[in-house]
Amino acid sequence: MAQKKKSEVTKQGEQNKHSLTPDKKAEVYDFPQETYRFWYEKMLLARRFEEKAGQLYGRQKIRGFCHLYIGQEACVAGAATALTKDDKWITAYRDHAHPLILGTPARAVMAELFGKVTGCSKGKGGSMHMFDKNVNFFGGHGIVGGQIPLGAGIAFAEQYMGTQNVCICYMGDGAVRQGAFHETLNMAMTWKLPVIFVIENNGYAMGTSVKRTSNVTDLYTLGEAYDMPSEPVDGMVVEEVHLAVARAAERARKGEGPTLLEFRTYRYKGHSMSDPAKYRTKEEVEAYKQQDPIEQVKRRMLEKGFGDEAYFKQVEKEVKAIVEDSVQFAEESPYPDPSDIFKDVYVQEDYPFLKE
Amino acid sequence: MRLIQFREALREAMCEEMRRDERVFLMGEEVAEYNGAYKVSEGMLAEFGPKRVIDTPISELGFAGIGVGAAMNGLRPIIEFMTFNFSLVAIDQVINSAAKMMQMSGGQYPVPIVFRGPTGNAGQLAAQHSQNFESWYANCPGLKVVVPSNPYDAKGLLKSAIRDDDPVIFMESELMYGDKGEVPEEEYLIPIGKAKVVREGNAATLISFGKMMKVALAAADEMAKEGIEVEVIDLRTVRPIDYDTVIQSVKKTNRAVVVEEAWPLGAISSELTYHIQRFAFDYLDAPVRRVNSMDVPLGYAPTLVEATLPNVKRTIEALNAVMYR
Repeated sequence: MAQKKKSEVTKQGEQNKHSLTPDKKAEVYDFPQETYRFWYEKMLLARRFEEKAGQLYGRQKIRGFCHLYIGQEACVAGAATALTKDDKWITAYRDHAHPLILGTPARAVMAELFGKVTGCSKGKGGSMHMFDKNVNFFGGHGIVGGQIPLGAGIAFAEQYMGTQNVCICYMGDGAVRQGAFHETLNMAMTWKLPVIFVIENNGYAMGTSVKRTSNVTDLYTLGEAYDMPSEPVDGMVVEEVHLAVARAAERARKGEGPTLLEFRTYRYKGHSMSDPAKYRTKEEVEAYKQQDPIEQVKRRMLEKGFGDEAYFKQVEKEVKAIVEDSVQFAEESPYPDPSDIFKDVYVQEDYPFLKE
Repeated sequence: MRLIQFREALREAMCEEMRRDERVFLMGEEVAEYNGAYKVSEGMLAEFGPKRVIDTPISELGFAGIGVGAAMNGLRPIIEFMTFNFSLVAIDQVINSAAKMMQMSGGQYPVPIVFRGPTGNAGQLAAQHSQNFESWYANCPGLKVVVPSNPYDAKGLLKSAIRDDDPVIFMESELMYGDKGEVPEEEYLIPIGKAKVVREGNAATLISFGKMMKVALAAADEMAKEGIEVEVIDLRTVRPIDYDTVIQSVKKTNRAVVVEEAWPLGAISSELTYHIQRFAFDYLDAPVRRVNSMDVPLGYAPTLVEATLPNVKRTIEALNAVMYR
């Protein structure tokens, strides 16, 4: 195939740029200090954790496929403050930040990356399959779009049991081209399931830009085919994420069914650790870094007087300590025992596995 | 004892379990208002209402996954495939979600779900509606695969499948739904993973499951007319397989034939043959034989059907071969 011209690459990237909330001022948003501090602390934890994970991958402490969330942190942090502890979460394989922000100990996530038995999936899942029932995290899933019907099913169970809980179901922009997405949106809307579908549109399905996969590039409009309330959201602005998820959750809790949210976001790193990301320009990446979600929160906190330099320094120090502790914990933890291969496959304890 | 149809036995199993456990529900195409494509779920909408007997659009991938998600979150779904031929568009959710979830999550998320529906040929339905995927599903750890052959077993096994905490593939047959058999009024369960010796004999062991049991039993009847008593085993479950019952029988008869509707390569018959040669080698007086469908898609014309599927004639030939008759 012919090499793409640089100008074309830039053009494709640009169409994914959002200017939904150009440089909003702090006074636009009315959230308390506590919320801002949660956002800042959790997003910074996810950021520093993954920066460390990237280094450790380079040192082969972490193996397999590893997809980093750096740049997208607001997509989880904003939703976390908009939902309750009883709501349910599910996502694809870019799944380190979700449990970290929901409250899974960094130790358990790092140990999972190391493949240690102390990991949140006992070393059986690795980077792509983080699970933590304690925080209602239904996991990271490895088949693009496979988690979408699962998310609707989790919501189906909440509706069936008559709770007020919702399920928030994340997917990448690549997943919306799967049949599972369309089948699920149709049924979720028909049955008014309490589910919030979130597209983390970072512009690229691996190396293929959104524009190259369909004529429909405003991904939120896909919901309109099923009469589903749908909207684009600036995924770099944590407040916007919170507000959109809160609206969707309210609708779901009132029995009005699902919402499709398109979070326009960006990953600074490649699709996975092996991706040099040649399909986009340095300028494009830089442009997004100018809108960094953590820097934005910090700026608005300073404006609002919700944190001073001493606070930010202190958080940086604490986060660093948590990450370092998680690495040490992971290093010192044992691998699963080989005999563990026969555990957790079936609930039935005496299942007769074939051994020769 | 009363005689009821296979479809009634399945319906009784589902209704009894739904009365017993509020978390059990039935979902699939035409299961509710149409009363079931093959009338298995007839009357269930009237008893349980639309909350628990749920019609879906034709979206097997989607509703299979919705079932798995619901099971992860505390419910016990029964997902009906109108036939298992259509399960192929849903197989990602069966293999990558249902079968893997417990293991990937380190035991945090079991998936207590039943996927059920008819398998195999059902008359002259041609290539896309006449397939057997028992060995495909049986190959995958994390699943259990049940293939009953008669109304009594169907009811007892389906009740066990619904109560099972692991995902169960439950395979029936359009051609068996009208079969009548003795089914007691009182409740009973049949454990998953236990084969049954349905006819005792010493001349050879004939192993089958599902609707091919009819072929196996008819062949055994024919042999009996010549004074040859064949031992017939109904596997009932093809994951896990009750190898002990098979090996015990082969050690007694020293000869074995497997009858299976699926294609031969990588089939349950291949698996049984491996196991017999590995664990009863010194007891065998002849190579194990098998009778599978021919290694081709099933054609429409009656002559093609006859030439493709396992039948009594081929089974008798195989039995005679292992007995050197």
